[in-house]
Amino acid sequence: MRMYYELAKRSFQQQFAYRAATLAGLFTNSVFGVLLSSVYLALFWDQPANASVGGFTAAQTVTYTWIGQALIMPVIFWGWFLITNTIRDGTVVMDMLKPMDFFLYWYSRDLGRGAAQIITRAIPTLTIGSILFDLVWPESWQRWAAFLISVPFAITVSFCLRFMFNLWGFWMLDHRGISSLIIVMTGVFSGHLLPVSWYPPWAQNLINVLPFRSMLMTPVELWLGQVSIAQGLGMQVFWSLVMIGCCYVLLHYAERKVVVQGG
Amino acid sequence: MSMISVRDLRKTFPIKRHRSGMKGSIASLFRPEYEGEFAAVKGISFEVARGEIVGYIGPNGAGKSTTIKMLTGILVPTSGDATVAGLVPWEKRKQLAQKIGVVFGQRTQLWWDLALIESLELLKHLYRVPEARFQENLATATELLGLGDFLQTPVRQLSLGQRMRGDLAASLLHDPEILYLDEPTIGLDIVAKAAIRDFLQTLNRERQTTVLLTTHDLDDIEQLCARIMVIDHGEVMFDGELNALKSRWGGRRQLIVDFASDPDADIGSISNGALEVTQIDGPRVTIAFDRDAISAPDVLGRAGAFGEVRDMSLQEPEIEDVIRRMYEGSVPIRT
Ligand SMILES: Nc1ncnc2c1ncn2[C@@H]1O[C@H](COP(=O)(O)OP(=O)(O)OP(=O)(O)O)[C@@H](O)[C@H]1O
Ligand SMILES: [Mg+2]
Repeated sequence: MRMYYELAKRSFQQQFAYRAATLAGLFTNSVFGVLLSSVYLALFWDQPANASVGGFTAAQTVTYTWIGQALIMPVIFWGWFLITNTIRDGTVVMDMLKPMDFFLYWYSRDLGRGAAQIITRAIPTLTIGSILFDLVWPESWQRWAAFLISVPFAITVSFCLRFMFNLWGFWMLDHRGISSLIIVMTGVFSGHLLPVSWYPPWAQNLINVLPFRSMLMTPVELWLGQVSIAQGLGMQVFWSLVMIGCCYVLLHYAERKVVVQGG
Repeated sequence: MSMISVRDLRKTFPIKRHRSGMKGSIASLFRPEYEGEFAAVKGISFEVARGEIVGYIGPNGAGKSTTIKMLTGILVPTSGDATVAGLVPWEKRKQLAQKIGVVFGQRTQLWWDLALIESLELLKHLYRVPEARFQENLATATELLGLGDFLQTPVRQLSLGQRMRGDLAASLLHDPEILYLDEPTIGLDIVAKAAIRDFLQTLNRERQTTVLLTTHDLDDIEQLCARIMVIDHGEVMFDGELNALKSRWGGRRQLIVDFASDPDADIGSISNGALEVTQIDGPRVTIAFDRDAISAPDVLGRAGAFGEVRDMSLQEPEIEDVIRRMYEGSVPIRT
């Protein structure tokens, strides 16, 4: 266990080395936050102040936008190929020769990375958002706590998804096809593109039985009070466990492929 | 007790048929078609005792890396048995990992983004090396491999030779009983090679670490390995002492004779079963001869009949020649 803690700690520290990239990213997040918020506010322009679309008032929609921008880096909604790269260059063999759990190895690194990104990206982005716009804040300390707890679960579900499509590299070295599919699915189903409640009912029904919404929509709903704390966190815990289980099953087959066919 | 014991170890890879086009590649993914098998290792057997340094050599594609992968547990053999440090590698891979050190020259076990020292410290936690032991091993490695200059450098900035020394240090922190080295000196300069060889010798002498070494650098072999195994096309061609290999396959020494002037043209006629004039280059004549059949003074005496000898030199067979000759002929020999 000590080893995984050390791994997490090191990837946490490492994130602080990329200062220029952090500033550039923060700028991009803010520009998108301002842009999207302005578009949504224009949509609500001639509506009464308490009007809502799919359960979202204007202020809630703007808040949703900024949470979405804030969580882009901690959670990661697209392109991540670190494991695929090690499969390509063969270092994955060295990793399999170490006395460690391959899943926990990458998971602990990702948690460390995510934790650092919360500090360098999520908090500054939300701060900028709250200066420029009137955001809605969680209405109780319990809601605050629920939101904070929901972020590591969002990272977990996202990590499992990324872990699994990276493992595809053991079967298919060219991952571009499957990864662009996953990226589009993640963007739409997590609620990053639009709030899930804005979709037609049939699409909502589909999204509600998929893991993706745990990555963004559920944290947003916990923040805004649109879901009970027990249900929101419960769903995230459920999906985290299911996804971790799936990762181990896939890992089992991937390892077997390596040891039988030599990668 | 044998540290490594291998019996009839065999590995065949299926040869996949490549189907063209998008449809073809999707079909291959779900229902691959095979057009046969390729035997990379064809039933090899050997024993390695504790404390031996064995050179495992052979031409490209001979099956060396495949054998090492099976002995680390990362590859399951098609058939045959092996135990390494008392464990069947592919059944107890994680457990065995604690007892072996592995260096694949082409790959690294270090973390690219971290300073070398940080990688080593992570490995300390990974292998649960006690702090005192870690410091001691680190000190030895730092001294013998000269790591001091670049311990704080990120691995991605290290030169090949520095990285390789770092990798070697990394593979030894947990005091492995066995060290597998797959081309550890590939691409290194003479200084780095010498440092690595000295280090391995020290380690072997002081800790009785067993070493299985794959290399294309025959100096490595000459300096480190009392015993060598030659493998070709997945079969062991030779297993024994280096000297035995030399006298068996490389019996021919060379006498280079410099005459005062061009020697008599029919000097070539002295060639017989025991000696052969292999080259005439003006006044310089090269004669290869069989060490068991004729002595060097005798060869010189015969050549001396064809002109006035000014100088001469004797060359022992080069291990390169020996191996090349083995690779060309394909008769398995065992001692
Ligand atoms: N996963 C694999 N699938 C199919 N064939 C393989 C696989 N791995 C190795 N081979 C084949 O097995 C043979 C032995 O390969 P191996 O890597 O063991 O050779 P080697 O002796 O290490 O050669 P080199 O000196 O070039 O490193 C080669 O012909 C290689 O193409
Ligand atoms: Mg090889």
